[in-house]
Amino acid sequence: MTQEQVATEKKIKPLVPFLKIPDKYPDEPAYLWGSKCKSCGTVYLGSRIACAKCASTGPFEEVRLSDEGEIYVFSVVHQTVPGLEAPYVAAIIDLAEGVAVRANVYGLDPLNPSPQWFGKKVKMYTEKIRVDREGNDVIAAKFKVVDGK
Amino acid sequence: MRDVAIVGANMIKFGRYPDKDLVQLASEAAIGALKDAGITMNEVQMVVSGNLYQANAMVGQRIMKEIGATGVPVVNVANACATGSTAFREAYLAVASGAYDIALAIGSEQMGKMGLLTGFGDRDPSYSSEGVMGTGLMPGVFGQTGVEHMRKYGTTAEQFAKIAVKNHKHSVHNPYAQYQVETPLEDVINARVIAWPNTLYMCCPTGDGAAAAVLMSAEKARQYTKQPVWVAASVLTSDPWTQRNPIMFDVNTLTRNAAEEAYEKAGIGPEDLSMVELHDCFATAELVHYENLMLCGEGEAGRLIDEGETYVGGRIPVNASGGLLSKGHPLGATGVANIVEVAWHLRGQAGGRQVEGAKVGLAHVIGLGSACTIHILKK
Repeated sequence: MTQEQVATEKKIKPLVPFLKIPDKYPDEPAYLWGSKCKSCGTVYLGSRIACAKCASTGPFEEVRLSDEGEIYVFSVVHQTVPGLEAPYVAAIIDLAEGVAVRANVYGLDPLNPSPQWFGKKVKMYTEKIRVDREGNDVIAAKFKVVDGK
Repeated sequence: MRDVAIVGANMIKFGRYPDKDLVQLASEAAIGALKDAGITMNEVQMVVSGNLYQANAMVGQRIMKEIGATGVPVVNVANACATGSTAFREAYLAVASGAYDIALAIGSEQMGKMGLLTGFGDRDPSYSSEGVMGTGLMPGVFGQTGVEHMRKYGTTAEQFAKIAVKNHKHSVHNPYAQYQVETPLEDVINARVIAWPNTLYMCCPTGDGAAAAVLMSAEKARQYTKQPVWVAASVLTSDPWTQRNPIMFDVNTLTRNAAEEAYEKAGIGPEDLSMVELHDCFATAELVHYENLMLCGEGEAGRLIDEGETYVGGRIPVNASGGLLSKGHPLGATGVANIVEVAWHLRGQAGGRQVEGAKVGLAHVIGLGSACTIHILKK
């Protein structure tokens, strides 16, 4: 491959640094990853310089985070920045590793928010959402309700 | 540390002033505070200026060039929505430490019709996660704060709405408020949703404003006033590590920590308070802070508003000014304005919204990210 080809090759990039996109994506699924403090066990999204809980400077263990989690709390955003479709369910999702992630949740009626959404099981999926200034595809992690739960 | 008193307190009516610039607004507030204290810039030994959106533009020095360029030290501070109260605290510390006898704290902001606080700076907007991976917009963030309280205690959307009803009712008596319009419960509930459960009237407006306070050592205070308002506690906290923060901002823990420290420093408990001005950027925020400031027990905040205990005339009046919901929230001005409001009540100068016989008041502010200030003032 010439240098020119490398420079112009379209890439697939994650929207957030804690979403890992394997080389063989989409045949191999993207996943959320984090860092676990070996001193106190606290898990963070993405990489860490030191632990906010115990101030240990590491080492940190890279951990693959669960694709499934549950809704801790949410809001339904109706008024938002120009160009976005609203309303959307903006939730805080608890993952099994003890770390939370912000997410849009689909499969719920945004016009009927309900306390029944607390604890609802949700599953992550990825989707191309935009193309950036350099022409790269931007991939995001979204969550949808797991049916029947 | 020495005793410190507020001797001058002033704010301008919050609103939108497209024909004035920031320095004019701040100068107006500062001159008013100096006159209230019976001094001029010639007596002021140091100045702290709080402003957020022009934090890189020497706002304090520009104000000095307008109202008296005496060459004294000026410090410019920024601390999100707690910018003004942090400026006040720096001025307090400067006097309490013995370094200066008279300090001036100014908070100012010009936001105009800024609307939702957004902006990606130099970043490629293609990488904004807003509305794709949840929300970082303030109405949604504080919506989640309220929804967490719903989850824990069964609080209802209507109880949050009642906070807005109360504050807008109070605002009718506050000529310094950006909006002085009563909003009955059905209007609040039926208003368009901004971020559930907060509707339009449950969100503070952006705008322009300025407030200022003159702080003095005890000796100087007695020389200039018969009505000193004493700073019984001045506390600033940041957030300690908690499980979901900052994925989900935690406005509770650092407020509780600040409240505990403030009550201990002042030797005053929540039961001794005559009034509270707290950071109701959204109606949901006010309700959770009832518990954080220990105005009621855990899980009792919904009952507190249901029973009307936080109205002027109730057991513990909260946001007699109308709160940020009505008064407006020009970020850098808010923290000083809350303190000015409490000082006015303690001096008996709060007009139609006066909390009768107010002796001790608490002013609370949160800058998300987070910074929490609590000031306890007493006669």
